Amino acid sequence: MNLHIDGHRNENLGVLKLSGEIDAYTAPQLKEELLALVEEKREVEVDLLKVNYMDSTGLGVFISALKLSKEKEHHLKLINLQENVYRLFNITGLNDVINIENTVKGELS
Amino acid sequence: MSSLKSDMQDYKELLSQYLKTKDEAVLYQAEQFSKQSIQQNISPDEVINVHYQALQELIPNIDESVQDSFQFLIETMISYGLAYQEHQVLREKQIELKSEIGVAANMQNTLLKTSVPSANAMDIGVKSVPAKEMNGDYHHFIKDEQGNIGVAVADVIGKGIPAAFCMSMIKFAMESFTENQIYPQWILESLNRVVGRNVDKGMFVTMFYGLYDVYTHQFYYASAGHEPCYVLREETGEFEEIDAKGLLLGVESTVQYEQLQTAINPNDLIVLLTDGVTECRVDGRFIEQEEVLNVIKAHAHLESQEIVDHVFKYFERLQDFQLRDDFTLVVMKRNDG
Repeated sequence: MNLHIDGHRNENLGVLKLSGEIDAYTAPQLKEELLALVEEKREVEVDLLKVNYMDSTGLGVFISALKLSKEKEHHLKLINLQENVYRLFNITGLNDVINIENTVKGELS
Repeated sequence: MSSLKSDMQDYKELLSQYLKTKDEAVLYQAEQFSKQSIQQNISPDEVINVHYQALQELIPNIDESVQDSFQFLIETMISYGLAYQEHQVLREKQIELKSEIGVAANMQNTLLKTSVPSANAMDIGVKSVPAKEMNGDYHHFIKDEQGNIGVAVADVIGKGIPAAFCMSMIKFAMESFTENQIYPQWILESLNRVVGRNVDKGMFVTMFYGLYDVYTHQFYYASAGHEPCYVLREETGEFEEIDAKGLLLGVESTVQYEQLQTAINPNDLIVLLTDGVTECRVDGRFIEQEEVLNVIKAHAHLESQEIVDHVFKYFERLQDFQLRDDFTLVVMKRNDG
């Protein structure tokens, strides 16, 4: 399965809507697009509503993005995480250092 | 060169036979000839040259333009010859690399070797299986002068050789701690600084650290973003999750870790593991983990090492069993009465 990345930008805000799976194969592409967006925009939102699978390489991408956003004093926010994707952030303690809004159950198309 | 000469002679005879008989058996020999040529690193343009020489001897009056066309064909084959040589070099390099990775894997095993401490109060079993050649999992035991037992299980996010090097660094940091510093909270806070300062930006480590006090039978533990571990209580026959909140090592420069403790009763079983649990599927369960616990429960009366061996045997028997991640399992049983 692939990861589809849909990006929108306006003046200060960049949004990435993701759908599919984040794993060792799709993570490099996500990393490239996400880091570029965090570099560029003061506010970045990543919508994970349609992400049904993520492994530890995905966590690595979000940690890198978090570090970059702190360096740049930009803001990174993850929204609409599926429960089991959120579980990863919870186990690893990342939910305390990454801004996460709204976790959901189901609603997968 | 002499072999090329004798090969040429063979080739000429083969060709002559074929031209006379059109026998398929001779064609088969031609195929063998090509295999031999490859073994002897003979390039395609050389083979055509051999063909051309043989043809000239077999058919004395070849049309001049046909002769010239062979020169032309030999020239057009030269790049293939070069590509073939390159391929050979790459093959040799690949063999070299493979053996170097083998050496690295061996070195990792030596560097990361930890011995299971023998203790009267505790029976310990451990098994660690890498999904690929290099293991990104790590477990470590420390025994202090009083005989208390420290145990760590860790998983590096970011696989392969860099992960292995990272593990070596963590091991040496842990071994440098003095004996009165083996409380879980302190260890994780120190390791977090070590990892944050020394490890590549894209690499992170989860670790569960426990300290078993052999006098009070308290198990102290802390977790740096590691999945929960378990205690199988003899009294209830049920697993109790033990988990402490804490951030992955190497994300923030200073982190405070929560340290908890639980009393371990005779025949209670402490289960520490790393699994591909940093993976998830919305539509699936953590089948492996549930199954692991069930197998442990079914064999809880055995010695710890037998228990972990049974878990791995169970998975090996499953069809299509393939480790999706490195997997480590540590079982510790309080065995005094």
